[in-house]
Amino acid sequence: MTPLEVVTPTAASGLFGLAWLLIALPLAGALVLLLAGRLTDAWGHLLATLMPIGSFVLGVVLFVDLLGREEGARAVGVPLYRFIETGGWRIDAGLLVDQLSILFVLLITGVGSLIHVYSIGYMAHDPRRRRFFAYLNLFVAAMLILVLADNYLVLFVGWEGVGLASYLLIGFWQHKPTAATAAKKAFVVNRVGDMGMVLAIMLMLATFGSSAFVDVDAGAGQMGGTVATVMGLLLLLGACGKSAQVPLQSWLLDAMEGPTPVSALIHAATMVTAGVYLVVRANAVFTHTEVASTAVVVVGTVTLLFGAWIGCAKDDIKKVLAGSTMSQIGYMLLAAGIGPAGYAFAIFHLLTHGFFKANMFLGAGSVMHAMDDDVEMRHYGALRRALPITFATFGLGYLAIIGFPFLSGYYSKDHIIEAAFEHNVVVGVLAMVGGGVTAFYMTRLMLMTFLGRRRWAEGVHPHEAPAVMTVPLVVLAAASVVGGLVLNNWIEGWLAPAVRAEAHEASLLHFTPVAAVTLLLVAGGVALAWVLFGRRGVPRTAPSTRSPFVLAGRRDLYGDAFNEAVFMRPGQELVRVLGRADETLVGGGWSATGDVLAGLSQVGRRLQNGFVRSYALTMVAGVGMVAVVLVLGRLA
Amino acid sequence: MNIPWLTVLGLLPLAGALLLVALPRTAARAAGLAVSLLALVLGGWVVAQHLAGAPLAEQVPWIPQIGAYWALGPTDGLSLTMVALTLVLTPVVLLASWRDEDRRGGASEAVRDVAEVRQREQVLVGAGGPERPATVGGGAGGGAATAAEQPRRWSARAFFALVLALEGFALLAFLTTDVLLFFLLFDAILLPMYFLIGAFGGANRKRAASRFLIFALGGGLIMLASVIGLYVVSARAGEPSFLVADLAALGIGGEVGRWLFVGFFIAFAVKAPMVPVHTWLPDAAEESTPAGAVLLVGILDKLGTFGMIRFCLGLFPEASLWATPVVLVLALVSILYGALAAIGSKDLMRLVAFTSISHFGFIVLGIFAWTSQSMSGSILYMLNHGLSTAALFLVVGYLVKRRGSRSVEAFGGVQKVAPVAAGLLLFAGLSTLALPGLSSFVSEFLVLAGTFSRYPAVAAVATLGIVLAALYILLMYQRTMTGPVTDDVRDHVRSDLDGRERLTLAPLVVLIVVLGFFPAPVLDAVAPVVGATLEQAGVADPAPSVGQEAN
Repeated sequence: MTPLEVVTPTAASGLFGLAWLLIALPLAGALVLLLAGRLTDAWGHLLATLMPIGSFVLGVVLFVDLLGREEGARAVGVPLYRFIETGGWRIDAGLLVDQLSILFVLLITGVGSLIHVYSIGYMAHDPRRRRFFAYLNLFVAAMLILVLADNYLVLFVGWEGVGLASYLLIGFWQHKPTAATAAKKAFVVNRVGDMGMVLAIMLMLATFGSSAFVDVDAGAGQMGGTVATVMGLLLLLGACGKSAQVPLQSWLLDAMEGPTPVSALIHAATMVTAGVYLVVRANAVFTHTEVASTAVVVVGTVTLLFGAWIGCAKDDIKKVLAGSTMSQIGYMLLAAGIGPAGYAFAIFHLLTHGFFKANMFLGAGSVMHAMDDDVEMRHYGALRRALPITFATFGLGYLAIIGFPFLSGYYSKDHIIEAAFEHNVVVGVLAMVGGGVTAFYMTRLMLMTFLGRRRWAEGVHPHEAPAVMTVPLVVLAAASVVGGLVLNNWIEGWLAPAVRAEAHEASLLHFTPVAAVTLLLVAGGVALAWVLFGRRGVPRTAPSTRSPFVLAGRRDLYGDAFNEAVFMRPGQELVRVLGRADETLVGGGWSATGDVLAGLSQVGRRLQNGFVRSYALTMVAGVGMVAVVLVLGRLA
Repeated sequence: MNIPWLTVLGLLPLAGALLLVALPRTAARAAGLAVSLLALVLGGWVVAQHLAGAPLAEQVPWIPQIGAYWALGPTDGLSLTMVALTLVLTPVVLLASWRDEDRRGGASEAVRDVAEVRQREQVLVGAGGPERPATVGGGAGGGAATAAEQPRRWSARAFFALVLALEGFALLAFLTTDVLLFFLLFDAILLPMYFLIGAFGGANRKRAASRFLIFALGGGLIMLASVIGLYVVSARAGEPSFLVADLAALGIGGEVGRWLFVGFFIAFAVKAPMVPVHTWLPDAAEESTPAGAVLLVGILDKLGTFGMIRFCLGLFPEASLWATPVVLVLALVSILYGALAAIGSKDLMRLVAFTSISHFGFIVLGIFAWTSQSMSGSILYMLNHGLSTAALFLVVGYLVKRRGSRSVEAFGGVQKVAPVAAGLLLFAGLSTLALPGLSSFVSEFLVLAGTFSRYPAVAAVATLGIVLAALYILLMYQRTMTGPVTDDVRDHVRSDLDGRERLTLAPLVVLIVVLGFFPAPVLDAVAPVVGATLEQAGVADPAPSVGQEAN
């Protein structure tokens, strides 16, 4: 294998010395809101909204600075402090602002800011609004640590911080048992992935004596094939947890228990993309292991179909979008697994998906807002007149995700499908089929929600949301439309040095046989949905069905049932048996011994009179020991 | 004349304990807190001296015939870390128990439902009858049925005095470098702890206290045999001496070393506690007051893991290496067993005790993995575990006091009525499950990563512990704090944490966060003693398999 070129970051100067502010601003926001308590109830949400906006502005300034630099100087290291030093290991906390991380900074703070603004309206009547904004800020800060860290261990700090914020936000309405359960499930399933992450970092430390990106990149070429494979698979396990990929996908659908802005920010646009970021960032490791790279492709492909399938069967608008998120992230992971040829496309799709999925989730929030928090699409219908802005923005997001020509998803997804074909025909075909299915379930969602006949419950009077909620929708819709055009020619070249790839020329018209067939499949998906749900109309209750496909989809393809049968039930049994054994066998055995001794002490006690009771034996024993020692000492 | 500061530091709380007995009841609490704070300041000065490069040491011949010394210091990272933990936790615990005397028989009333189950067991220890109320023996006389009417137990004054006595013994035990003195302190500390459980705990406290004492004394007796053995070996080699430095220089190995090692190790394993000799801990923690549980698990049990490094590895490196495979397996069993038992636990105090068994498993794992990273991690873990478990026990205690039951099922939806308590419980829990950014993460990671570099398979199995930790904490939080508020909770939990209660948790929260992001000073401080221990055993860290010349 050829040794990879290692990018040595240039030293930070000027504004880059302030890069830590990117993280510190939202973190400070969270601390102020949590510690100052009710004092901040009146204005806390405004402060919290300003924080990611501040980070975004700083991010833009840094981005512009990087744009102006020559290619070799676009990775800037910002050392912060010595985190851990013991034995031969030294782990410094530092930031790496490079072509890859700055894009994430812009996405997280940009979309994050919009979602903060939107939440001002969405959470206006929640008595615990201050906490909500504190958690949102905490999330943004943790996510920024994750993408800005220059060391896998520091990355892991952000990684778990994101998990915590997600836990707090999914379970935000803790009084609902379902929300509390979903939050716990998300954290625990993520911890299974984290186990992979931790083991991967430990393997890095054992192999390279360091977990810094530069050291891992530099040493990757010299590690053995097995080590590389194990490391890659462990990282993939971590990625599966955060990004809700099969087999650790089960938490994402339940995570929709959180308030809708959370679903938009965390479970669509940012947190779940962390796994993709990790795989792309660890490209030096995956380059050296065919097995792990293939595993990434397989996981991505399986999940993209898995999620799409679930999306087809759900009647809950948020769950359809959640299934779609799993599916789209599957595309990204598939691209990342392909290797240098796919990294830029993975990130490209990640960005455009961030725009249109946040747009649609917030749109779904607007719909729920209008429908008294009903999420059942069978109770919607004909909302286009009542919610014109939501309909328009959602519609643009819809066109973007199905890959309508010249909208953002068209470029980013087609690149992935083409790269998949070049990698392996089977994978390519499956990815293409996934595109058709995406068109089907998204069209179904549009038809059931905005078109057709109205199926509203009595007393529901849908109304458009206030401007504080619709303006973010408009901005995100605009980004969904132009994002692809703007980034298409630029992103591959921009990312190439960071992901060690070569840039190709991408044309705007972009017409290949693969793209043509994909478009045909998409059209087919739309048409099929129209036939099934547009023309026929939608019954208000879900029709009972025998179709195993629909039944499986409605039950999340039995992911929960599997976990329950294989892990939960035996685990509960084990805990029960162990609990009883601890009381009877272990405890009982000792207690028999104890009873004998206590019986002896009872005898001892009777010999005493007065107040000295059970502890008499203690004293005697203690004095006796000292006496023994002293006597032995004298004798010697 | 030089003032022997270490001796002063150790004797100050003991003198304070005596002073309290002489003071009027009303002044006792304030005086007790003042003494503990004074000790904290003095300890801070000692640490500063050490960090400034002038470690303190005192050594006076005590029983020359057998080579026993009153030897404290030289201070090192290990002893000072534990001293610092003791000094911080004591005032916190005192403040946390400030008003406990106000509730007459509160604890036993609190746990009547649990107590009824075990009423039968009460007969054995409660046979003395209730006619002598003021003594330990008479306290719980008639069993749980009469627990609610029983008169007030020992006064707060006695409680404060006992805590100070425990602090003094613990400080001396961590500081001493004389094996005999350590042994005596190791046993002496049992007395205040015994009374703290037996006189102030829940309905079944007597039984729990006896069990605690029997286990501890049993361990102590086995250790005594080894102490005597050490003396014999040392006397044969020439001048007898109980000084750790002298004994280590003998390089005791072979068959003799193994036997002596086993004696020490069993005593420390009982104290630590490791499965299968753990069974006294859940009982003792369950029945003692939250403050007592903090001292028991946070400080007293640390004597076990402290002793393993100082005496097992320090005196018998060869035997310690010999025993390593067995100890590693025991540590793994403790990690998983403690975690699973915690998941299944229906009693909150017991649950926290089981989490500690799991954590002690991690600490022992790090010690016997023989890498500087894992051992440094273990020492840091001893500190962090003290902080996070203290926070957890205290919050749980505050909630139990309000609700009047320790049972997990008795709670539900508490976050709605006491959001600060719920938030702090979650914080303490997250620290217990080693969330990055909180102090336990660094120590747990170093233990695992250090172990991994030498025993990858062992570390991989131990890593399962992080998933189980998420389960036991979050399940507990979910069951007690979330969901709709139950009627019982609404009736009993009428107030959130008050100012004093928040004040007790504040220093713990601050330390947990600060050490989570800035663990380097502690790691620097323990590096020399870890290095020396490994060097003495002739063990070097495994080198990374890929060199870094490429840079």
